[in-house]
Amino acid sequence: MRKQYDEELENLHNLLVEMGNLCQEAIFMAAHILQEENPSKEAVDEKEKAIDKKEREIEQLCMHLILRQQPVASDLRRIGAALKMITDMERIGDQAADIADLSRFISGKEKQGESEGHLWEMAQATVKMVTDSVTSFVNNDYELALQVMKSDDTVDTLFEKIKKDIIDMIRTQQVEAEGSLDLLMAAKYFERIGDHAVNIAEWVEYSITGGHENKED
Amino acid sequence: METNKITVTYKKSRFSKFLTAITWVAAAISMVVLVFLVLFVLIQGVGNFSPDLFALEYTSDNGSLMPALFNTVFMVILSLIIAAPLGIFAAIFLVEYSSSTNKFITVIRMTAETLSGIPSIVYGLFGMLFFSSALHWGYSMLSGAFTMAIMILPLIMRTSEEALMAVPDSYREGSFGLGAGKLRTIFRIILPSAVPGILSGVILGIGRVVGETAALMFTAGTVADYAGFLDSGRTLALHMYVLSNEGLHMDKAYATAVILMVLVLGINALSGLVAKKLTKG
Amino acid sequence: MDKITVENMNLHYGDFHALKNVNLNMGEKEITAFIGPSGCGKSTLLKSLNRMNDLVPGCKIDGKICLDGEDIYDKKMDVNRLRKRVGMVFQKPNPFPMSIYDNIAYGPRTHGVRNKAKLDEIVERSLRQAAIWDEVKDRLKKSALGISGGQQQRLCIARALAVEPEVLLMDEPTSALDPISTSKIEDLAIELKKDYTIVIVTHNMQQAARIADKTAFFLLGQMIEYGNTEKMFSMPEDPRTEDYITGRFG
Repeated sequence: MRKQYDEELENLHNLLVEMGNLCQEAIFMAAHILQEENPSKEAVDEKEKAIDKKEREIEQLCMHLILRQQPVASDLRRIGAALKMITDMERIGDQAADIADLSRFISGKEKQGESEGHLWEMAQATVKMVTDSVTSFVNNDYELALQVMKSDDTVDTLFEKIKKDIIDMIRTQQVEAEGSLDLLMAAKYFERIGDHAVNIAEWVEYSITGGHENKED
Repeated sequence: METNKITVTYKKSRFSKFLTAITWVAAAISMVVLVFLVLFVLIQGVGNFSPDLFALEYTSDNGSLMPALFNTVFMVILSLIIAAPLGIFAAIFLVEYSSSTNKFITVIRMTAETLSGIPSIVYGLFGMLFFSSALHWGYSMLSGAFTMAIMILPLIMRTSEEALMAVPDSYREGSFGLGAGKLRTIFRIILPSAVPGILSGVILGIGRVVGETAALMFTAGTVADYAGFLDSGRTLALHMYVLSNEGLHMDKAYATAVILMVLVLGINALSGLVAKKLTKG
Repeated sequence: MDKITVENMNLHYGDFHALKNVNLNMGEKEITAFIGPSGCGKSTLLKSLNRMNDLVPGCKIDGKICLDGEDIYDKKMDVNRLRKRVGMVFQKPNPFPMSIYDNIAYGPRTHGVRNKAKLDEIVERSLRQAAIWDEVKDRLKKSALGISGGQQQRLCIARALAVEPEVLLMDEPTSALDPISTSKIEDLAIELKKDYTIVIVTHNMQQAARIADKTAFFLLGQMIEYGNTEKMFSMPEDPRTEDYITGRFG
């Protein structure tokens, strides 16, 4: 029964996966740009716009579903969660764009100085978190969502490492302080992306359990 | 707890106990009367069954009821052939084709009601004057049947009307909604649903014909022989009346009563069966 | 494409002005829902679309109602043919007191189909279309009164489909049914939309929101607002519509 309703819910899942993919691409691109000599950030901006568009689309679908199908119980939680999740995903897109924007002010020296590759690691970790959180929503996978919440610690640790690296670089006067701060900002943005992924996972938890038991304040 | 209390007071109320008792007594009395009547007739009648009673030819000695039995069935069939179609079609007209606010219809309904309240002897008198004398049919089955037909027409009409009105309007809507016309709706949907009600009217009519004496005495006469359309012939009830009136064959009168009862029961059972057959599906 | 157009239509029951100057176009292969409080005239309008109102004494209609551009109140219009083209499903399931098979075959037989094989085919197709074939295929010869209310209503839909109508009018078809049967009928309506134009009267606003493409809101015999369902339920133009659909009516 309610074939059309089920089809529309399926469509909502697909759109969320698409939006998640866009976010991953945006994060990767931003990470790449940080490592390049003459970066161009247009590609990331385009992704960011695509993400915004997707957000509108999902928003409309959710409103449509609420109006037409009057969801209740798990359906209501899922649609409510989806509405909240896309806000976080949209922020992820913004931050990827911000990272790309910052890369203009970060010189090659600083980029090389970040030799440990911690930033790249962070990018990979956050991409995984975003992917996992969306996947956990689509598959209703509570365990995976919990895992995402936990892996935020990894990103935080990496951020601490990068901070130390930068402090060391400044102390040894390898680099300019200004560029170093921008680099730190970029790292902070990655850390924020991780936080958004955790938010998404928390909404997955809500959609499955109806509460936010694992929320850390 | 609250509801419990209420049931308790209800059970304990003297007045309601009294009312319950009255309904039981009333039901019991009607039961007893019926059983007594049936038993009385059976006891008086069954013992008097004899081969004489079922002799094919009636003589004043054997008091055979066979001609009367035949005449009864004949009379019933004849009067139904006249009254049933008329009554049923009149009812169809009243229910399906006329608006309920029509003055003419109110008059027809009032007439029918009045007709069914007239004592049967009056019908007999009318039948004698009109069919027997004016139409020169004399004492005959035909005069009798027409008189009976007039007598049961209002009955059949009223019961058929009730039966038709009891058919839910949703059936009519459903049929019209499919693009069926009025005639098709009436004959395919409404009449089949109304058959049981119509039949109960017809059964009541049969009962009145079978039980009628006064009106038939004046129109069909009392000749105790197998009758044709224009011959005089007595029905079972009349036969009984004559027997007991003469006072010579009281035993045979009781035996006839038993047969009459069985006949009526048989007709009822048969109509019930027919109704079931017709409405099956 | 507009299947049915209603122009400046007024309807009186005796002295009572039941519908006031209604203008409305119903699209082909769309579901149009009429909503509004009891006595607002929505059922009356529905019934005038296949002239079921003809049966009501003292009912007078002026204005114009066209089916495919043809005035259905024209003297030349054959009412029985009109009702074959514009089928109807009623508020309470009303199967005839006969077998399931005969119920479905009644319409086609009325319109002259006598061939047994053809009737068999129509019965199966209609029951399948109404998504009830599997439930009744083993008891086609049994009485239609012996199945559940929800099944009876789908049977009535099948019965209406058997005469191959173009439009299906539904007068509160689920108001007498439980939620599961209701859901089945709603699914069915969405499915049938592919082949039929559907007009549905409903007391249940959520139902209109679930299944209708267009919705018309009626109040005291007037059509207050008409438009896309989604638009009406998210941004109604008239404050009275807003009051009604948000349950703040009166």
